[in-house]
Amino acid sequence: MSSLLTLQNAGLYRDGKWLVRGVDLSIRKGEIITLIGPNGSGKSTTAKLALGIRRPSEGTAQRQENLRVGYVPQKLSIDWTLPLSVERLMRLTGSLSAASMDAALDRTGVLHLKKAQVQNLSGGEFQRVLMARAIARQPDLLVLDEPVQGVDYSGEIALYELIADIRKELDCGVLLISHDLHIVMAATDSVVCLNGHVCCQGSPSAVAQSSAYQQLFGPRTQSALAVYEHNHDHTHLPDGRVMHADGSITEHCHKHDGHHHAEEARNA
Amino acid sequence: MLDDFFTRALVAGIGVALVAGPLGCFIIWRRLAYFGDTLAHSALLGVALAFLFQLNLTISVFLVCALISLLLLGLQRRATISSDALLGLLSHSALAIGLVCLAFMSWVRVDLMGFLFGDILAVSKTDIAIIYAGGLITLGLLAVIWKSLFASTVNYELAEAEGLKPEVANTIFMLLMATVIAISMKIIGVLLITALLIIPAATARRLASGPEQMAVMAAASGCLAVVGGLFGSLEWDTPTGPSIVVVALLLFILSFAPIKHLVRYRSSAQKGAADG
Repeated sequence: MSSLLTLQNAGLYRDGKWLVRGVDLSIRKGEIITLIGPNGSGKSTTAKLALGIRRPSEGTAQRQENLRVGYVPQKLSIDWTLPLSVERLMRLTGSLSAASMDAALDRTGVLHLKKAQVQNLSGGEFQRVLMARAIARQPDLLVLDEPVQGVDYSGEIALYELIADIRKELDCGVLLISHDLHIVMAATDSVVCLNGHVCCQGSPSAVAQSSAYQQLFGPRTQSALAVYEHNHDHTHLPDGRVMHADGSITEHCHKHDGHHHAEEARNA
Repeated sequence: MLDDFFTRALVAGIGVALVAGPLGCFIIWRRLAYFGDTLAHSALLGVALAFLFQLNLTISVFLVCALISLLLLGLQRRATISSDALLGLLSHSALAIGLVCLAFMSWVRVDLMGFLFGDILAVSKTDIAIIYAGGLITLGLLAVIWKSLFASTVNYELAEAEGLKPEVANTIFMLLMATVIAISMKIIGVLLITALLIIPAATARRLASGPEQMAVMAAASGCLAVVGGLFGSLEWDTPTGPSIVVVALLLFILSFAPIKHLVRYRSSAQKGAADG
């Protein structure tokens, strides 16, 4: 089956440094890919390369023609000077029937806010509205940049369940960016861990297998969340140098290094 | 009817206000007030060039404004200084060059005050034709790019990711700004054009609950300001531009009156009565 989008060895160079480099990524219909990595590791940049908002400085980014995208950006602040209701925001980039608008808002649990001005919403409510807006477009590809930020814990589980449902329903590809390095959405087909380059890649193991997480989060999370075990053979030191499994230290990563974060090691 | 200078000024002024309102909303939303000023100031250079090369005034001003806005777009991309400094540089350089050029052309007798503050007597039938032709094209184009432009005002990357063309919309918007400044110069004057863009839109912001509604309200409040200002200008022999701006300001102050609450209170009272 052909890919909705493909990044090949894609990298972006800005102001004298590589924000991200050597990313290979492809998303097929009905596939959920989760991007994880520490702050500044190039997750959002990778998403922007994938969406065509940024052109890669090296490598290629290809998208299927007429790809219908639903995008939830990481940051979206609406100026007070803009009179904008939830209803109008839903129709921002395309027309939408009243019925499908209501259905989308209902699915994310914010139908009652339809007439509200967006500036009056809380962070979590606004995030749900953005989510509703993205799915109401019936996209071929959903790109969600930290869609659960500011959403409370049970809401987070519900949104992950919703994303899995939408994927089934529309058979769309999903590129999900998460700030959580260890817990990912269970329905994820593949996890890509970034730190300036692809450090490791794999599929998550179910929460059910980890009794510690089960105790911590309760049985309900089993269906929605999963644990991702990183398998790295090198460590990023705080000064930007890299320590490899054999103890050697170099200025940069080897091209095909797997990966380990110093910070994580400390926190663990 | 158009033989009367005052009727001509009214018709022209309303035409200008109808276009300035919706564009002014974008100026407010995108925080471009200083950009509007820059274009307006550079209009004087257009005036000087019109005299120098015997061009139509409006077209010459449009060309200079369009050039300045495209120059700005280009400079912003390779900016080593901030855009507000860049705007100040362009704005005042263009104004200064314009004034110097005019001073050199000693054979031209220019009513500088008229250009700076607008002149009710200066509006000809040709001007009206240009204002309405330019205005219609501007509003038409604005309607075409409205969705892209508004979406990219909310979030540029979102608009681009979802297949709109924000860059094209932005460039067209710059040219529309140049048009509106060119056609409104005679009525309102170079120094006060930005006021006609901003104040009616600010008034509308107080009352509107949606972007399209705000654009319409801004146009309407601009028209009121023009009508009020022109009558005031005629009555008290004041320059037209400042008179219009003063009326626009009065309308803005009026918008702070609790009109909205009154309407809401009445409708809820009626509802209450109906329920009871």
